[in-house]
Amino acid sequence: MKQSYQEITEKNSPKENVVTNAVIAFISGGVMGIIGQFLIDTYSSWLDIPTKEATVCMLVTLIFFSCLFTSLGFFDKWVNFCKCGLIIPITGFAHATMSAALEYRKEGLVTGIGMNMLKLSGAVIIFGVVSSFVFSLIRMVVGLI
Amino acid sequence: MTIKFKNVYINETGTVTGPYESKGPLGKYFDLCHNDLYFGEKNWEQAEVKLIDEAIKELIRKSQVDLSNVDVLIGGDLLNQITPSNYAMSKFDKSFIGIYSACSTSTLGLILGGSLIEGGFAGKTITFTSSHNMAAEKQYRYPTEYGGPKPKTTTFTSTGGACALLSRENRGIRLESGTIGAVIDSGSKDVFNMGAAMAKAAADTIVKHLKDTGRSIDYYDLVLTGDLGIYGKEILKEYMASEYNIKLSKYNDTGVMLYDLENQPVYAGASGPACAPLVTYGYIFNKMKKGKYNKVLLAATGALMSPTMVNHKLTIPSVCHAVSLEVVS
Repeated sequence: MKQSYQEITEKNSPKENVVTNAVIAFISGGVMGIIGQFLIDTYSSWLDIPTKEATVCMLVTLIFFSCLFTSLGFFDKWVNFCKCGLIIPITGFAHATMSAALEYRKEGLVTGIGMNMLKLSGAVIIFGVVSSFVFSLIRMVVGLI
Repeated sequence: MTIKFKNVYINETGTVTGPYESKGPLGKYFDLCHNDLYFGEKNWEQAEVKLIDEAIKELIRKSQVDLSNVDVLIGGDLLNQITPSNYAMSKFDKSFIGIYSACSTSTLGLILGGSLIEGGFAGKTITFTSSHNMAAEKQYRYPTEYGGPKPKTTTFTSTGGACALLSRENRGIRLESGTIGAVIDSGSKDVFNMGAAMAKAAADTIVKHLKDTGRSIDYYDLVLTGDLGIYGKEILKEYMASEYNIKLSKYNDTGVMLYDLENQPVYAGASGPACAPLVTYGYIFNKMKKGKYNKVLLAATGALMSPTMVNHKLTIPSVCHAVSLEVVS
């Protein structure tokens, strides 16, 4: 029986291990959450600052280490393994920005880093701003009712 | 269009690779292997220029050919404006034809070089091609240090430079004929499944080659496709059987051969313009000279992918050029 090219292609396209990936992401994402909470608690007790400020310190710490590990060349392997466990937290954003900055550094400060650093993460910023606007609008309307 | 060559031979080849290729199963068949992907250069693009430069120098060293006797060089690569080829050629002061045919550049180069010799326009020609994993990742996908997950069908662009010297002098391997392929649109849009985009073009060119030459597929001791990878290879086999009733039994894909698919992080296998010539010039020629294969059909496939057109939600056209290689005494 004759099969169309489309059918043959679909038959020979491997399925991704969705369940395994989800479990890995769930566990690694959870571990990231624990680390984040641990940092918040540590900062607030050590520095004697409110949780809100300790959260900012935690984010800065995670961003710093994601960028450092990306620059040292092994964070991409971690991201590749943990997938969304490391991509969804701020670590993914920092990794995407840092990897682009590293890649284009050689093309100059302005034409290289300046113009390309947000190549991947620019979308996150744009849609982050847009969605926060939309949600604050919804909140405002709901608040008026 | 199939061109029959009466008197064109591949005299010598030069192959240079990066660390992944040299650690693969065919590592020992390459002339020069580097452990670092920068090759002592400042960036990926210059590293690829060096690949071409070194491959040609290796060819000259091995063949002892006087470069002043070489009439023209033909080559290309994967990057925008075929930058590495142009920059490499700027050091040679030789007539140069730059070609772009993605991962099928090697066979198109052989056909063009062979035609110039067969037609009497050139005595000796050198054809070359190159690809660099990191330079290609940077241009076509993501920054090299970005570790976002990829699907299993993704192929891994090979790092290497490969070149061949063609002339009328019989040195054992003959370029018997070549089929220039048509651009085929398989309807595939998935940039992470190039095998699916290219397999239809491979089938089309192989069938046209057999029709033009009046041969059956069994005429060849080995049919090699360019860089379809594990899944593309299966697609081609099934499509050939279903559509043309041709059974590919003595068949392999260079994308599957170049790396150790079990232990190297290469997903569905190798791709890139360097993939087909590295395997052919390094490994297959060695086996041909030892008598394992006499007649080989090399069908290198190229996905003519443009990130812009993919963003426009358009399909990926592909092409395949095939050459028939024979051992002569």
